[in-house]
Amino acid sequence: MCRIGCIKSIEPFHPSKALYLMLPQQEGHDNSGFAIVMKDLYGIFEPYKELPLLSFSCTNKGKEIISNFMLKKGFSKKIFTWEPDFVEKEHYDFAKMDFYGFDVFNYPESILKGSVKEKEEILLNTRLELRKLLEKTADGYVFSFWPDTLTIKEIGNPNDIGEYFNLWKENKDILAKNIMIQYRQNTNYEIVRYAAHPFFLQGYTLCANGENTFYVKNKEYQQSLHKGYIGFESDSQCFLYTLHYLHHELKWPFAYYKHVITPLPFEEIEEHPDKQILYKIRESLAHLEINGPNTVIGLLPDNTMFTVCDSKKLRPVVVGADNKIVAITSEVNGLNVILPDRDKTKDVYPNERETVVVTNELRIERWKQI
Amino acid sequence: MEANIKINDITENDLNWKVEYDNTRCTRCGRCISTCTFHALEMKVERRAYTVSDTKVPAPKRVFSTIPVVKQIATIKQKCVGCGMCEKVCPNQAIKPVRNIDTRENLLNHELGSPIKRGGRTNLSIERTLDRIKVGRISQMTDPSLDAQRHTFDMLSPFGRVLGPEELPFKIENDELKIKGSIPPVHWIYPIIFADMSIGALSTRAWEAICIATAILNEKYNMPVRMCSGEGGMPIKLMQSKYLKYMILQIASGHFGWNRIIKAMPQMTEDPAGILIKIGQGAKPGDGGLLMAAKVARHIQEIRGVPRSDLLSPPNHQGLYSIEESVQKMFLSFNAAFQFRVPVAIKVAASSSSVSVYNNLLRDPYHIVGGFFLDGIQGGTGAAHEVSLDHTGHPVVSKVRDAYIAAVNQGKQGRIPLWGGGGVGLTGTMAADAFKMICLGANGVFTGKILIQLLGCIGNENGRCNQCNTGLCPTGVTTQDYRLVQRLDIDKAAETLVNYMLSVDTEFRKLMAPIGNSSLPVGRSDALVSVDKGIADKLQIPYAC
Repeated sequence: MCRIGCIKSIEPFHPSKALYLMLPQQEGHDNSGFAIVMKDLYGIFEPYKELPLLSFSCTNKGKEIISNFMLKKGFSKKIFTWEPDFVEKEHYDFAKMDFYGFDVFNYPESILKGSVKEKEEILLNTRLELRKLLEKTADGYVFSFWPDTLTIKEIGNPNDIGEYFNLWKENKDILAKNIMIQYRQNTNYEIVRYAAHPFFLQGYTLCANGENTFYVKNKEYQQSLHKGYIGFESDSQCFLYTLHYLHHELKWPFAYYKHVITPLPFEEIEEHPDKQILYKIRESLAHLEINGPNTVIGLLPDNTMFTVCDSKKLRPVVVGADNKIVAITSEVNGLNVILPDRDKTKDVYPNERETVVVTNELRIERWKQI
Repeated sequence: MEANIKINDITENDLNWKVEYDNTRCTRCGRCISTCTFHALEMKVERRAYTVSDTKVPAPKRVFSTIPVVKQIATIKQKCVGCGMCEKVCPNQAIKPVRNIDTRENLLNHELGSPIKRGGRTNLSIERTLDRIKVGRISQMTDPSLDAQRHTFDMLSPFGRVLGPEELPFKIENDELKIKGSIPPVHWIYPIIFADMSIGALSTRAWEAICIATAILNEKYNMPVRMCSGEGGMPIKLMQSKYLKYMILQIASGHFGWNRIIKAMPQMTEDPAGILIKIGQGAKPGDGGLLMAAKVARHIQEIRGVPRSDLLSPPNHQGLYSIEESVQKMFLSFNAAFQFRVPVAIKVAASSSSVSVYNNLLRDPYHIVGGFFLDGIQGGTGAAHEVSLDHTGHPVVSKVRDAYIAAVNQGKQGRIPLWGGGGVGLTGTMAADAFKMICLGANGVFTGKILIQLLGCIGNENGRCNQCNTGLCPTGVTTQDYRLVQRLDIDKAAETLVNYMLSVDTEFRKLMAPIGNSSLPVGRSDALVSVDKGIADKLQIPYAC
């Protein structure tokens, strides 16, 4: 079972907090990987909030491929590069790549005056093309290419990965107001870097814990919906694509996400004041239902944080908060480490009929599905 | 010398069934003869020779006597069909039909140059693909299976045109979706439809028993099972009753009964559950319908508005020359007839070309095609030529899968609900068959043959009986002879159907629970494996052995 979590804070914080959130949740053989997505960056990235940041890992040859490709696409001006303060050690229990890149680019001249939509489009296209190019020779992985967003993914012992990137030691360089993290135990599919949550697409990021028993249905439907819905290395990617499709493509209010992935049983729809809409959603998007024991934690492009579970509710999740931080995570022992002094009586254990939403002002809202 | 044998004479040994008779057990009560609707038995006397001795010193002598016996009539017209009614009524187990493997009946059965006709059952295509498929993906550690007794299961399927999300007339007001426009009607119904068998093909009592079972399942057990009328109309009283909402009205190429349906519309208090336009039938694709004059009794004449004669539905709808035209003409007119409140679906025979039809319908610009019913070779209960039943048609399983995959390739799965039939539940395994069809992409299934078997039909796929065309049905299921219809206990028949469906419902949950699904697993092909490599490859599911 994956251990997942997301921290949202009024003040920028260091990713070590996220690692400490996850550490006590480790058990057994949680050594299959680690992934982190940071949004709303501060520290050394603060001056570049508006500019796209490319997060990738690659071989030495891949580095050259990426460099040439970005030049060709017009991303000729690399504004800033973060070089992690790698901690070298004789033996690390993870599969190290030759190179990890976190580069901030200027937009190409041609798109500088373009609309937000046009810019979003070019960033997505660039990432997809780059990914395809790197896949040809297995020379690298590109995880996100988006403003104010940084991603690290690696396979192996998460503690070691954190140590190599020097993420355990707090500093003022790498900070964010939202960090989503996973200590992965992916047992179902071949472990590849793209399979590690959190997944990212055009400002949406999400991780999930559980099984998507309707994975094949979801995948077969999503493949035709949007060019960005690719990979499907993990059944949880489907949840991200559904979120993106509803909110970004159909532009439906976020509240309907829950109704799509975990629709109410017909008996309950019949009693619902909005039953006509709910019937139509259930009919129209039957192939996006997840129907499996799942907990989803996500961030919308405006960094609204949320969690939903499906009706089987076999995956634990808890929301805890103090005045400055709200964290959603798989198990309460993680909260006890990073928020030991919070009022535990106010912890929220979401039920299968609600969406818990955390606003940027850290207001915790519980939206009822019924 | 005169020959003592004429080999062109028909004897018992030339027929499919021989009657095995035990003179020593027979009490000559005559029940077998009076029961046999095919008049295949008669009382005769036979001469018997005995050697006796009635003196103290043995002095054997031959004596002759005549005894009454029951004899099989060895003619094609009055041949035994193996229905076994004689055995059923015999108090002494003195008589029974026995299959004759050396039969020459199919060579002899062509009187007046006429091809063989019989009840709608394929006797050559008895291999079942569905039996070679298993539910192989069982939820375990990370995704525990559900409790079939305790969990809530949503076992409903759409009937009606489903709009894609981008087609829905939604507007956002105050952060809420609102419907601003019209949407085609969609009814959520039980995933098993009682298939189209007409009054005419079935006896009024058998048809009524299915109606009663449908009503009980809906009203008492909350199972929204729908029944299709079959071609040929319905009783006016039923059309005026509240039970019409459980009925799908069929129109086929003969248009039988529609005059009455249209005239009854102003008196209808409920809308029917749907309209099903039958283009083709899986058991005899391209061959139209056939109700033999023998079954066109007075009440059938009245319902259909026809005189007594063989009633042939043409193999096609005269006047429809293209798919586009069928969409425009038929769908539009039937949608309009009920003011776009009632979903209109189409039924075609599975065929190499049926995916093209589905693809075309999926592009239906008017959103008026409410379902695509694919009927396979193992379906059929009506009368037809034997050559059609045995040699034409297409298995339904791979065709449903093909149609689903075609929809997937267009990103339009689910928009025109896909229903598969034709041998589904044939061997009594309705829940498993339906479940597998659904995993392969069907939204639901329709079934007919198992229903008449539950009512009492004793026919099978090995040539037993299959005389639905003759009007002589020995079980009262497919005859219009009121004396034969009396044999059917309508209440018991309905009860048997209800009980079967209740058990199917439980079995269905028993299949959904292990794969961890509370909603119907439409298109969940990953839940299936096949023990046959060819089937696995064709259906794009894993092979297992």
